[in-house]
Amino acid sequence: MTGDITLLGYGLAAIGPAIGVGLIFAAYINGVARQPEAQKILQPIAILGFALAEALAIFALVLFFIRL
Amino acid sequence: MSPTAAVLLPMAEGESHFPPDPSLFWQPLVKFGTIDLFGSEMTLAITRPMVVLALTVGLLSWWLIATTKKAAIVPSKGQAGTEAVYNFVRNGVARDMIGSKDFMPFVPFLFTMFVLILFNNWMGIIPPVQMPTMGRIGFPIALTLLVYIVYHWIGVKKHGFVGYFKFMIPAGLPGWIKPAILGLEMLTFFVTRPLTLALRLFGNMFAGHLLLVVFIIGGWELFQQGGLLTAVSIPAWIMAFAMTVFEALVQFLQAYVFVLLAASYIGGALVDEH
Repeated sequence: MTGDITLLGYGLAAIGPAIGVGLIFAAYINGVARQPEAQKILQPIAILGFALAEALAIFALVLFFIRL
Repeated sequence: MSPTAAVLLPMAEGESHFPPDPSLFWQPLVKFGTIDLFGSEMTLAITRPMVVLALTVGLLSWWLIATTKKAAIVPSKGQAGTEAVYNFVRNGVARDMIGSKDFMPFVPFLFTMFVLILFNNWMGIIPPVQMPTMGRIGFPIALTLLVYIVYHWIGVKKHGFVGYFKFMIPAGLPGWIKPAILGLEMLTFFVTRPLTLALRLFGNMFAGHLLLVVFIIGGWELFQQGGLLTAVSIPAWIMAFAMTVFEALVQFLQAYVFVLLAASYIGGALVDEH
């Protein structure tokens, strides 16, 4: 079996952030559904949370390219 | 055509560039020779991202000066557009993250970073250029260094040097846990924050650029093979179009998130109690 194990590592590392981002936006949608006026207040928090959760998936991608 | 594509296209047969090496992405336009710096040899060169950055700064300067030269109470269309962007950063980012008391000194810094990152990112999908400057690690590192210096400087100025470390430990904790919290907070403040800030911007721009290269150049390679593969190249190009639109959104989001986090760190250094 030939191939690159770092790609396997990246695939495994992408599971967590994907679930995390889904949870964050599920909470955001729930919040806006319960109280539509809160949309402007919740949006920066949702974007911030999304960027922080996504960051780990991005690190995994970068580590794949630099073959650490 | 991006330099990545220019390298990947000619090697249809023969040696393979997969998996790609970081050295594949070092494609300088003009070389000035090597100097010896910190013990290793460094090549002085002008690279494509440098040219794009110069172009972006020129465009930004022209836009900002032209729309605000004759600033009037009743704004013209250009001035209204610039004011909309400025208000977005000033109110939506700076005032909300730093607090309405002392956010004004940081607004020029945050506004400059926002428009700089935004224009440089958008260069990644504008046809004659198609080179996101922030997709090469040096540029996000430079911007992150600025943010790093600013938020540490502000924290030390406000709390004093020793008080800055005392400020990292919230009050009302049992005594045995305080060293652990201090260690964790120091790791966050000095290592994790700059690392994640730079890598987030870099990774998003780099991955987005590669994605577009894969779909466009891959579609071109498929197109040239003939037969069924040529038919597949059309969906590849449709995906490239979809990815371009998605990239526009991601680029705006990443510029916004970078500035939001920078403002959050500055605001976090300015609060009285943790």
